[in-house]
Amino acid sequence: MATQAMRRGAETLAVPTRRPVGFWEDAFYRLSRNRAAMVGAGIVILLILVAIFAPFIAPYPYDKQVLTDRDKVPAWMVKVFPFMEPYARISDRYLLGADYVGRDLLSRIIYGTRVSLTVAFVGPLISLIVGTTYGLISGYFGGRLDNIMMRLVDVLYAFPGLLFIILLMVFFRQVPQEARSVWDAIRIQMYKIDAAFGGMLFIFVGIGLTAWENMARLARGQVLSVREKEFIEAARAIGAGHLRIMFRHILPNIIGPLIVAETLAIPSYITTEAFLSFIGLGVNPPTPSWGLMISQGAQAIRTYPNQALAPALALAITMFAFNFLGDGLRDALDPRMRGTQ
Amino acid sequence: MIRYIVRRMLWNLLVLWVITVITFGLMHAVPGGPFDREKPLPPEIKANIEAKYHLDKPVVVQYLYYMRDLLVPRYSPTLPTSLQEDALIRWKIGPGYFLWINLGPSYSSRSRSVNDIIRQNLPVSFELGVYALLVAVGIGIPLGILAALNQNTFLDYFGMSLAIFGVSVPVIVLGPILVSIFGVWLKWLPPTGWGTPQHAIMPSIALGLASSALIARLTRASLLQVIREDYIRTARAKGLAERLVIIRHALRNSLIPVVTVLGPLFAALVTGTFVTETIFGIPGLGRYFVTSITNRDHPVIMGTILIYAIFLVIANLVVDITYAFLDPRIRYT
Repeated sequence: MATQAMRRGAETLAVPTRRPVGFWEDAFYRLSRNRAAMVGAGIVILLILVAIFAPFIAPYPYDKQVLTDRDKVPAWMVKVFPFMEPYARISDRYLLGADYVGRDLLSRIIYGTRVSLTVAFVGPLISLIVGTTYGLISGYFGGRLDNIMMRLVDVLYAFPGLLFIILLMVFFRQVPQEARSVWDAIRIQMYKIDAAFGGMLFIFVGIGLTAWENMARLARGQVLSVREKEFIEAARAIGAGHLRIMFRHILPNIIGPLIVAETLAIPSYITTEAFLSFIGLGVNPPTPSWGLMISQGAQAIRTYPNQALAPALALAITMFAFNFLGDGLRDALDPRMRGTQ
Repeated sequence: MIRYIVRRMLWNLLVLWVITVITFGLMHAVPGGPFDREKPLPPEIKANIEAKYHLDKPVVVQYLYYMRDLLVPRYSPTLPTSLQEDALIRWKIGPGYFLWINLGPSYSSRSRSVNDIIRQNLPVSFELGVYALLVAVGIGIPLGILAALNQNTFLDYFGMSLAIFGVSVPVIVLGPILVSIFGVWLKWLPPTGWGTPQHAIMPSIALGLASSALIARLTRASLLQVIREDYIRTARAKGLAERLVIIRHALRNSLIPVVTVLGPLFAALVTGTFVTETIFGIPGLGRYFVTSITNRDHPVIMGTILIYAIFLVIANLVVDITYAFLDPRIRYT
């Protein structure tokens, strides 16, 4: 960091005109100066590595049940929670203990990063694509179309988001036995794909269908501020079509704040997945999800607090990392927005 | 102002109506009826039950039945005895009872109608929601003010790091942590249950902390902006004590964005979150949100969603009216 500053200084001395620093380069420099954001980024990279190499790191397969090892706890856990002494069955084979069917908690937490991280990256992508397209169309064409599209967003906004996801989940998860129409056939096919991914597809669909409203509003507002600028008029004058103007001229000018907003929303997507799995509408067991593990652990929280505590801490660390990184990214991309939501 | 409020209310009624249509439609698009059991009922019995609840009629007719029960007030000489005839509002007027808003029977409960469920469980969720909101505002606003007044000092960084910490621990994380530490390990508080003030402490904190972090960040950002305004300089120039400048002049205007988020936040907190109520074993409305949907208990789904939506709509309206009181520059036409 210091060397970069010195290099800049040297350049200013050597030549009277300062080397132009691009927007992204400048942003990256500011980001690298933010210690909290760098720690966050480090943890995120670590989590990505853990997710990719889960089979090599985890001591046991995530679905390996040893029924005789039910609820076993390691010796150090009993020292931390002395009240466990009278009933705890000790086994140091499991670093964090075993769950209610004798599966290694640590291995399940390690595999659980896969679910949370996939949601953290795919969720924002879906909401960004849907929301931005909607907002672009609404803002660009304006007038009555804009009015109707935005009122629709208002109504969906008043609809409790989580309940909407729950309804959608139940709708998607219950498929007809035989296909009586094309619609049924599509749903059965989707169900099969979903089952192949351990129940992730419908989580994405659910998040995608509910999280785009904010993005649509933001995108529309941004479009309105750009729409009347001269370069748009110029583009129109040389005969560019609506699609070209929207995606080649307007989009690059408004994408910055949208990406920042999505980065800041990542923790909420992770929470949504954890919540859905907590209530039993998320991933299909035995796919390990931290939310599912917390819900199962909460059943035994008075006797074996480690079963809920361990996945809860994993979730907290992940949320920290994304929050610090998102915060830093916002400060770096738009220093004026520092400390705002 | 009156015109504005009336217009907003009409718009809100439209929103509520659309919500009933969407919910009803989605509910009936979900395959499987409320009386499909693993061990199927004899067809005659199932047909009888479905006829009783009008489930044999087309969806549109069912919707009209529902809306009739919901909207049309009745006057009856005695209190209704059947669960289907019950109503949420039961006022004694003259010799008889004025009955309004019938949310229908619950298919999965034989002893309680949806009206009973709302009457008994909503107050619990409401109480918890109010406590959580007090936690959120009580921690959030002072922390935000402290951070803003000491901008770029240790206090500011510490406060904002604390806020990020708060945002990072939603109920699903904080709940188990609090229960295991204070309930199970230290035994300071009862780990689960509801009824005494001690029971309310942990769930209120678990539910309110994430919101307090949000409020703290918002208060800080907004106050920093207001403090740079000319009228604050004027107030200082005329020799007002710094404390008065902040409290009387700056704080009032800076609270507008904070009040904006309080509206939806209040509705969300009050109608109870499923996770908090599950982890802490609280008999609130939250769990009905989820169990009713998996049970296909249509009237309970409709009832809980409607109650939530009504809270949200009223909260937003109150927020908009509060603006006018906080900032005299805002006028509604």
